[in-house]
Parts: sequence; C-alpha cells; structure tokens
Amino acid sequence: MSETIEEQFQAAGVVIDGLHKSYGPVEVLKGIDLEVAPGQVVCLIGPSGSGKSTLLRCVNLLEQPNGGSIDVGGYDVTDPDIDVDAMRRNVGMVFQQFNLFPHLTVLENCTVAQQKVLKRKKPDADRIAEKNLAKVGLGEFGDRYPDQLSGGQQQRVAIARALSMDPKLMLFDEPTSALDPETVGEVLSIMRNLAKDGMTMLVVTHEMAFARDVADRVVFMDDGVVVESGPAAQVIGDPQTPRMQDFLKRVLDPTHVEVDE
Amino acid sequence: MAMTARQRARTSLYVQLGIFVAVLVALAITIDWATVRTAFFQFESLGGMFPTVITVGLKNTIFYTIISFFFALGLGLVLALMKLASFPPYRWIATGYIEFFRGVPALLVFITFGFGVPTAFPGTVWPTWLVVMVSLGLVAAAYIAETLRAGLQAVPRGQYEAARSLGMPGWRAMVTIIIPQAFKIVLPPLTNEFILVTKDTSLIFVLGLAVADYELTKFGRDGILQYGAGITPLVLAGAMYLIITLPLSQLARKFESRAAKAKR
Ligand SMILES: Nc1ncnc2c1ncn2[C@@H]1O[C@H](COP(=O)(O)OP(=O)(O)OP(=O)(O)O)[C@@H](O)[C@H]1O
Ligand SMILES: [Mg+2]
Repeated sequence: MSETIEEQFQAAGVVIDGLHKSYGPVEVLKGIDLEVAPGQVVCLIGPSGSGKSTLLRCVNLLEQPNGGSIDVGGYDVTDPDIDVDAMRRNVGMVFQQFNLFPHLTVLENCTVAQQKVLKRKKPDADRIAEKNLAKVGLGEFGDRYPDQLSGGQQQRVAIARALSMDPKLMLFDEPTSALDPETVGEVLSIMRNLAKDGMTMLVVTHEMAFARDVADRVVFMDDGVVVESGPAAQVIGDPQTPRMQDFLKRVLDPTHVEVDE
Repeated sequence: MAMTARQRARTSLYVQLGIFVAVLVALAITIDWATVRTAFFQFESLGGMFPTVITVGLKNTIFYTIISFFFALGLGLVLALMKLASFPPYRWIATGYIEFFRGVPALLVFITFGFGVPTAFPGTVWPTWLVVMVSLGLVAAAYIAETLRAGLQAVPRGQYEAARSLGMPGWRAMVTIIIPQAFKIVLPPLTNEFILVTKDTSLIFVLGLAVADYELTKFGRDGILQYGAGITPLVLAGAMYLIITLPLSQLARKFESRAAKAKR
C-alpha cells in the first residue's frame, strides 16, 4: 500500500554558519559552514576526535554552541528564546549506543514520546509505531524488551522510535559503529530506504561504501574544520587534500589496523 | 617448618574451632541458666500482653514505619533532584539539609518535635503519628536522598539525551525515563532504609503516649514493669521486629541478585 500524502513528511534543511564550540579552553569546532538541503543526505566523515559528534549534537542542542548560527527547518537553533523541545520534536537522533529505554518494550519505546510529547492517543500511537517497526523489519518484535534483541535489531528499533515522531530531519551518529559486522548491513539498508523516501539526513559514518552510494554530499572534517566537501564521488573518488587522501588510505586499506574507539 | 600451606590452613581451622568450643563450654558452666530463663524467657507469664502487643503494638510499629518511610521517600526524592540541579542554591540547600540530618541523632529530632514544637508554639498539639512521621521522616529523607541521587546518576547519560532528543522536556524525561530505571537500581538500598526506619520507630518511647499509640518497644518496656517476668517482654518485642525485618532483608537480597543478573 502506498502512503497517503498526510503520512509523508515534509523535509527540513539545515544551514550551519561559522559554528564554534569549545570545552573550556579547548576549541573543538573552529568555524564550521555546512548545508544540508531539504531531502538531501550529507555524510560527515573524519578521524576520531575531529568533532563530528560535537557538530551533530550542536544541531539539536545536546551541546550548546559558543558561536555561529544553525538554522534547522526555519528554527534558528542558536536563538536563546527558541522552544528547544518543539525543535527537537522535528529532529530525530540515532545514537551509536542505541540508547533504547530498557524498562519499556520495543513498542512502548516507539510510543512513549508520541503519547507524552505529541499527545497522540494510544491507538494512534500504536498504529504509527507498528507501521515504523514494520518498516525496519521488526513488526513482530513489539512485545520484546530491548535486551532481548541483537545490536542490529536494537538500532533498527531506535530508528523506528525516531521515525514515529514524524521527524523532518534525521541525525545519525555512527549508527553502525557499535554493531557486529554481520548486522551492519541491515541497519544501512534501512537508512538507504529512508534516503530514497526523501528524508533529510545528516550522517556521521565510517562506512565509505554507504557514503559513496547514498550521500548527495560528503563533508570531510579534521581537527574542528571542514577540510573538503562536495559530491560523494568527487570527495571519496578524487580527494584533493593530503589530509583527506591520508584518511581514506587508512579507512579503506584493510591491512591498516585502525585502533578506533 | 615443614608445613604446607594446606596443613597450615587446617591447623588454623582446628585452633579456631577449639577456641569456639572452649568459650561455649565456659559460658555453659558459668551461667546460671535458671536465672537467665526467668530474666529473658519467661514467656508463660506474658499472656496478658496478647493480643494487644500484636493488634496495637505490631500494628502501630508497621503504621509508623510506613508513613515515615513514604514521607521520607517524597522528601528524599525532592532533595536528590535538588542535589542534581544545575541551579547552585538548590544544591547548597540540599547538601546542607543532608549533612545536618545525617549528623544529628534521630533521638534529638524526636525530642525537638515531641516537646520543642508544643513549647515553642503553644496550642499546637500534634497527634503522635504526625510527630513520628515528621521526626523519623526528616532524618530518613537525608539518607534516602543520597541513595536516590546515586541511583539517578547510575542511569546512563544517553538515556536522558535520547529522551530529550525525542522532544521530552527535562522533567518529563526524569519522570518517564530516568526515575523508573533509577528506582530499580535503588530498590535494595531502599529496602534496607525501610528496615532502619522500622527499628527507629522504637525511639517513640521518649514521648508520652496514649496506650492506643504504643508501638512494640513501648509495649516491651511497660511489660517489664507489669508482668514481673524480667525483660522477657522486650525479648518478645525483639522477636516481633524480626518478624518484620527478616523477610525484608530476604527481599532486599532478592532485589540485589536480580539487579546483578540484569547488569550481566
Ligand atoms: N563533554 C566534553 N568535554 C570535553 N571535551 C570533549 C567533550 N566532548 C568531546 N570532547 C572533545 O572534543 C573533541 C571532539 O570530540 P567528538 O566526540 O566530537 O569527536 P568525533 O569526531 O565524534 O570522534 P569519534 O569518531 O571518536 O566519535 C575530542 O577531542 C573530545 O575529546
Ligand atoms: Mg563521535
């Protein structure tokens, strides 16, 4: 069955302009400019500690930026007067460690915010949660608890949980880095489907194949600055800067053992 | 010496056993068992204590414990949240409160509310249950607050971030996501706290009480004067405390092993 128009989300874009973030004396983001057009997928790559997570977390204000501006779907996130919760309702976030609520069932994980935040009635919330669980291939798992699922399944629930809020933008922070290699694919394929559906996505990832195939644009960060950005094929296929070339060599060369996290 | 570690351990075990037996034998010889029995175990003379020691004493002990504990739980939760607040004065108040009430004897607090309040505010007559609830509750709240704070902090930070990312306001994330998880973590220490409150209800003896307000210890103390059975009435009261507390420690242990299993 194809989706009705009401069920299709309206995509929001992100415009980041001159973003600065420091922890005490340490400047982690040193003036980042980045744009995600509505409906686009942008992959953020870069070595460990380069500030990718910090950037992503600034977008939904899990971290407070120190300078610059971030516009999310028309909300100026850096304006101190904005309704943070209203902004976050429209922005889904998927974490490396899943962060499912262990005391709630899979279905409840996907309905709790719908009911408590969006004030949806339970039958509506259940229906929407079940639709999204089916979308991630876990329609039969609603009654289970998170600790009864594999890592890949938990991450798929986390995606369904975020989707159940009808977000207009999705943020992913290394969604497959904590997974066993054999379950990485199932999560990536769901993200591919999401991209195909027209979801605006900002994805931190080390999965170069995913970035190359799915991303409209790839942004390479190092040491708190954007070093290179452009169409995926160009940035990954034909890197211009030595730093990017070096990074790619390390990520793509299977004989190079990278001790990362 | 040519003794293996194993031989040494065995010798040490025998020596300890020997000392233990010697002490038992010495006690058995020196103690005047007839006197001990009349002083401690003259239960046949206590017929008059029944059934009120149960219908009033045990009942009141349980009643005082429950109201004090839940008063303390509510106040303790507020204090724990204050201690974790980002607004510094909240933290100062909570810390001051906790340090104060952990530092003074519960008996002093009892006397303050039992005698100080009626003196300071003439005309205010607090019923016994209110004095008990406030005195024990204020003290227990200080300990419970620390327990709850530790429990709240034991919930991974990612849980809070995930809840906030879904658009939940801070209080909602606390109520729906963090507190239920913290509660499971603190169930064993809270059960132990409940046991401590049960025992502390015995401090009521400093108040002048109507018979209907007596709890176990007061019953025991009055029984000593009344029945000429030595301190057997107190032994009886002690046994009744154990009826409450032993199953609770069993329960706490069960919660603990379940929590340990869940963590695995
Ligand atoms: N809360 C914090 N306090 C202090 N320093 C922090 C904090 N969070 C991150 N940092 C520092 O900021 C820098 C960037 O961290 P960030 O997590 O954004 O990197 P990343 O690119 O996501 O790395 P990774 O690939 O390892 O996830 C690191 O040097 C890190 O130590
Ligand atoms: Mg990171």
